[in-house]
Amino acid sequence: MRNRKRTGWHRIINGVNIAAFLVVLFIGLPLYWLIASSFKTPLGIGVDPPQYFPDPLSIANYKSAFVQYDFGIYFRNSLIVTLIATALVLIMGTLAGYALGRLPMRGKFTMLVVFLMISVFPEIALIAPLYVVLYHLHWTNSYQALIIPYAAFNLPFAIWILRNYMLGIPKEMEETGRIDGAGPLRTLWSIILPQALPGIFTASIFCFTACWTEFLMALSFNISNNYRTIPVGVSQFGTIDVTPYATIFAASVVATVPIGILVFIFRKFVISGLTSGAVKG
Amino acid sequence: MATVSMDNVNKVYDNGFHAVHDLSLDVADGEFMVLVGPSGCGKTTALRMVAGLEDISSGTLRIGDREVNNLSPKERDIAMVFQNYALYPHMTVAENIGFALKLRKLPKDKLDAQVKETAEILGLTEWLDRKPGQLSGGQRQRVAMGRAIVREPSVFLMDEPLSNLDAKLRVQMRAEVSRIQRRIGVATIYVTHDQIEAMTMGDRVAVLRAGVLQQCATPQVLYDRPDNVFVAAFIGSPAMNLYEASVGEGARSVRIGSQEVALPDSVTVAHSRLASFAGKPVIVGLRPEHLPAAASGAAGPELTGDVDLVEALGSELVVHFTIDAKRVQAEGAHSADAEAATISGEGVARVDPKTPVKAGDRITFAVDTAGMQFFDPDGGAAIWT
Repeated sequence: MRNRKRTGWHRIINGVNIAAFLVVLFIGLPLYWLIASSFKTPLGIGVDPPQYFPDPLSIANYKSAFVQYDFGIYFRNSLIVTLIATALVLIMGTLAGYALGRLPMRGKFTMLVVFLMISVFPEIALIAPLYVVLYHLHWTNSYQALIIPYAAFNLPFAIWILRNYMLGIPKEMEETGRIDGAGPLRTLWSIILPQALPGIFTASIFCFTACWTEFLMALSFNISNNYRTIPVGVSQFGTIDVTPYATIFAASVVATVPIGILVFIFRKFVISGLTSGAVKG
Repeated sequence: MATVSMDNVNKVYDNGFHAVHDLSLDVADGEFMVLVGPSGCGKTTALRMVAGLEDISSGTLRIGDREVNNLSPKERDIAMVFQNYALYPHMTVAENIGFALKLRKLPKDKLDAQVKETAEILGLTEWLDRKPGQLSGGQRQRVAMGRAIVREPSVFLMDEPLSNLDAKLRVQMRAEVSRIQRRIGVATIYVTHDQIEAMTMGDRVAVLRAGVLQQCATPQVLYDRPDNVFVAAFIGSPAMNLYEASVGEGARSVRIGSQEVALPDSVTVAHSRLASFAGKPVIVGLRPEHLPAAASGAAGPELTGDVDLVEALGSELVVHFTIDAKRVQAEGAHSADAEAATISGEGVARVDPKTPVKAGDRITFAVDTAGMQFFDPDGGAAIWT
């Protein structure tokens, strides 16, 4: 076989790198436009030709989001709802995933199929009946109005991810634990969970993102401004006549920060979680 | 330290599969007992029952003087090394070794001291801070051993612990495992499908087939006096040549194919029961080393065959040959080596490396009748006195 030596610009400009560059451009440009616009003045946003870099650089939009609008409240609400729902999903998902993946049980497959069906059920079809239930429980305009449905909607997918991950852990690990003298909970905590961490991180990021960006239920169940989450809160910025794009951009930038941080910290785990869960399952 | 005693132990799974039949076996304190047999013979199931990882369907299992049938693995005071080592990947070598001690709530200084001492025995001191993923196969194997011996268990159980290593390392670790076992002097049950491992490591070897114990004896006894055709065929590499034959008048000779092999008095005395087979079929067993090439003009029983293949190993020639007798296959007994022998020829002999022989030649072997074995074709039991 002929061995073509790749030197100089050949090494940098090749098909794979060009494709990667285009993908980054495709995803990165809107993100850049969002961040850049959030630092522009309201006038700077609409000018023609467009400003590729904010001039003057202003943080007025960020101030406006927090002061003029109640972005601080929305952010707090989103954080409370998302963190609690994610925690619930992880606790229940891990236990269910372990049971469905590792323990001898009847009807496991049927249960998993039912979970899968629930996870693909269209959310909008459930809004009205759920509203009726929440109304009778006097739970509209509350955190639990979102926490419980969010947890319920995200749990099936988390169970699938975690169950597949647990399946990939050799059963000898548990047996060694038993011989070493570990009880079932100790085995789960000290032996299984540490090995399932990539799966747990993957499930938590999916769940966090889904709850953080959820709009329909948040809009329908919590009408009071005090319980609005970011997606609904930001959608209500402005008046009928004016849409404060620059402020919305600034709020959106702040809203992406927690997800960005989460993905950045756990990126290594998430990648291995996605791949190993898939192939081992 | 303790003995292990299995008394008519059975394992029947929920689906009705009878994996272990009436297994009775005693392992003395400090003894290295190897369970060997082909895949699916129930050896791992038997080991797992001793460990407490499988329920015992019937029979009694004792460790020391305690009946442990219904005790959890933890309460049996055993340690087990698994085939895939089952090291905790998120823990360092030191944490892996010390995990069981930590569960026993041993004070940290004592725990550290014991872990260090174990690491020294196994030559793992410099790897204590590494995680299993950063170790070689041999090192991982040693960590698995370390995790077992640090607890000073009464019984040591090993389930094919060397089968994931490459051939060279396996030979090295074979000696190392034996050395460690002798040093700690704990009753050990070792499961393997590799008869060479069984022969080289075990004080005694128990051969299992389809859940039934065939024979339990020292390696030399298994080799020299197998109780049945299965053990004869399973133990030894290359495998024993087993042929359908018929016993001559007064058991003075045996006919293998078209060839008559005279049996000296020593053989008829040693196998006195052979007389009752006069005129009847038997199975004759000949180890490859009992078929040296005949010196020209020498008297004595001979067997002549056509050479199919000659393998020069330096110290000897392995001659694959064909004779006109029907070879007997003991079902499931053939290791990879033996399989090759049956494909390329009907028999295997080990001859002196200076013997001038090549494929296509006709060769005459001087039969070492003292090493001949006879088996009853009905059931395969050995025929002795």
